[in-house]
Amino acid sequence: MTRKLQKETDITFHIRRYNPDVDDKPHWQKFIVHVEPGMTVLDGLHQIRETQDASLSMRYSCRMGVCGSCGMLLNGRPALACNTQIFDIASKALTVASLPNFDIVKDLVPDLTPLFSKHISTYPYIVRDDADEMLNPTGEFFQSPDELTEYLQFTYCIKCGLCMAACPTMATDPNYLGPQPLAQSYRYTKDTRDDGFNLRKKVVGGSHGAFRCHYAGECSNVCPKGVDPARAIQLMKRELVLDYLKLRKHRTKSAILGKPEGVKRRPEIPEAPCFTKE
Amino acid sequence: MRETKLWTWHIFTGIVILVLLGIHMITMHLDGILGWFNPAGGEAIDWANIVARAKLLIIAILYIVLLAAALYHGLYGFRTILFELGPRQGIQKFINVLFWILGICLFVFGTWAALKFYIIAHAG
Repeated sequence: MTRKLQKETDITFHIRRYNPDVDDKPHWQKFIVHVEPGMTVLDGLHQIRETQDASLSMRYSCRMGVCGSCGMLLNGRPALACNTQIFDIASKALTVASLPNFDIVKDLVPDLTPLFSKHISTYPYIVRDDADEMLNPTGEFFQSPDELTEYLQFTYCIKCGLCMAACPTMATDPNYLGPQPLAQSYRYTKDTRDDGFNLRKKVVGGSHGAFRCHYAGECSNVCPKGVDPARAIQLMKRELVLDYLKLRKHRTKSAILGKPEGVKRRPEIPEAPCFTKE
Repeated sequence: MRETKLWTWHIFTGIVILVLLGIHMITMHLDGILGWFNPAGGEAIDWANIVARAKLLIIAILYIVLLAAALYHGLYGFRTILFELGPRQGIQKFINVLFWILGICLFVFGTWAALKFYIIAHAG
């Protein structure tokens, strides 16, 4: 894609401000930012903080679209501020607001607590029937490249919350699990090392689970990592229906491969730490 | 898991409706070509054909099955739309109970009508 050559110019940032200690409701504030080609929205917000208003609050960390901290509503579309070039979405004015479907901590900082609590409720980790093997492993669990491919794209989720902000069902049902937790429940269900489907199906097949999704598909459109949560939800529905009809295939459990023989740990690499949780 | 059960039946009734409405369309609109359930010949809506179809037990059964499928499918869809408005838990329960009662009442009434149609056709 050829990007249009842009000259440096002034762009008006309309930022939705909200301080719960002072304000009754959010309000808009204008800032003029001198933008140069290559500047991201996060760069623009930094410039505002450094030169105009140090009280502007935002959350960010890696600045390279990896940590998922700087999710915001940019010109009405959820996006990562660090991953969005200003000139790609604005030529004169740009609106910046906190992510919808989440409470606001302050200014551009959404409260992502519901995302994480819903995420945890879907058992987003490998659940095994053989607890002994988990605690005292005798080898590695085998998984073929084809088996990995079945869920690989869903592992790229960075939990930024953009999909949850874009979801129209989330807007009407705050208890709806949402695209991120549902996609992760599918990711672990399809993992051949996992035995946790019977636990997860009680949550994702519930009244606020996968069947509330209308397949609007906005979650997949806004994902900055190219994950397709809408697809994961439909595939999860299929798993649930097949399970109800007793047609779900019982897959072969991952074989446990023996530990590698004839190799020694290099002396400069320390021993793995002990379990912190029994 | 209750939602899984309801959703599965929603899909199943959708398929049933598709098949039965397909039969209806074929009977009504391909009468000149296939002539299904039109023993008297001519138009599908001719009186003689209507009476002949009404005398068939399979037609009465198909009416009843279509009624059950359409009621379930439609009411489940309507329930989904209402739940989208974000009603409280108590109101959701009320909608569930109301729709079950409404569905059963309409099914009983429709079944009575279909059987009556069949009986009258045989008597007359």
